[in-house]
Amino acid sequence: MNTVWVLLIVISVFFSFLNGRLDEFTKSIFEGAKSAVEVSLFLLGIVSLWLGITKIIEDSGLIHRLSGFFQYFVRRLFKNIPPDHPAITSITLNFLANLFGLGNAATPLGIKAMQDLKTLHPGGETITFEMMVFIVVNTASIQLIPFTVIGILADYGSKNPSAIVLPTLLATFLSALFALGILFAVRRILK
Amino acid sequence: MKTVSLISQVIIPLFILFAILYGCIKRVRVYDCFISGAKGGVGVVVRVFPYLLAIFVAVKAFQASGALEFAQELLLGLLKVFHVPIDVVSIALIKPLSGSASLGVFTNIVKTNGPDSLASLISAVIIGSAETTFYVLAVYLGAVGIKRTRYLVPVCVLADLVGIIIAIGIVRFFFHLG
Repeated sequence: MNTVWVLLIVISVFFSFLNGRLDEFTKSIFEGAKSAVEVSLFLLGIVSLWLGITKIIEDSGLIHRLSGFFQYFVRRLFKNIPPDHPAITSITLNFLANLFGLGNAATPLGIKAMQDLKTLHPGGETITFEMMVFIVVNTASIQLIPFTVIGILADYGSKNPSAIVLPTLLATFLSALFALGILFAVRRILK
Repeated sequence: MKTVSLISQVIIPLFILFAILYGCIKRVRVYDCFISGAKGGVGVVVRVFPYLLAIFVAVKAFQASGALEFAQELLLGLLKVFHVPIDVVSIALIKPLSGSASLGVFTNIVKTNGPDSLASLISAVIIGSAETTFYVLAVYLGAVGIKRTRYLVPVCVLADLVGIIIAIGIVRFFFHLG
């Protein structure tokens, strides 16, 4: 992330010199700061809300019933996590929330999953392979039905907006598979 | 389509109702449980904030300085060779950086090209099958204070690129356009 950040900032300053957009550059960093605050406030609400709900379904034991059958797949993907570790459950719930397009629930559950993964290596500031697998699956964003996109297509008079569902589903599964493939391949090469 | 959107409307209210009722049946003190869980939210957001700030400032600056437009032009030549609509470049570049901006760009593409054009369909599949990678990275890594990410970032960028190629290929295959 260090390299990415340095590149973004340095290139931006360079181009704002070149295009005579120094004013815009200054304005944009304050705008960026403002939207970070707005998104954080939004996150504060939904993260707390879903952590509250999650605590209820944890304490009542519902969490294990909900994630039961899907957990088999998650355990296969994360072979190095003990099968009864809480990370398995939170990862499962995050994947399910993504699958159903519940972005507002997926992020808080994902944060919880990262915290659970961290307990396997407390104190470490270096990412673990399990965390990488989890993040890569999340950035590939497996989603069953892209509601927002269908909505926009329909608004502008598409003949058949839901025709996009099957291609999107296929694309999202294929790209997730490829992403995982790349990750596992890189690990093998570097070993 | 109607039933599908109905399910999506019903799923969260039903889930919350079920979670609370199930808790009551199991004799869990639901309200206190909710409060103790929600307490954790503040800490998480405070920890994530500086990471979000860093990435948002960088992305906004990248857009405003004209660097994004330059990158688009650079890719244009490449895409012409493969007969891919130009608009796909802007969606492919903005999607990993910003979710709201990419929806704006998408709406614009649909408006100018029509909802059933190749450009709109490819963009739709890219939006539906990709994620705002750098936001996810900032939030998830920030939440647990990870500093050394090893080879994660290059893998994510490469995966995004492959994802876009897959999206273009699939739309071509499904709609026999272009």
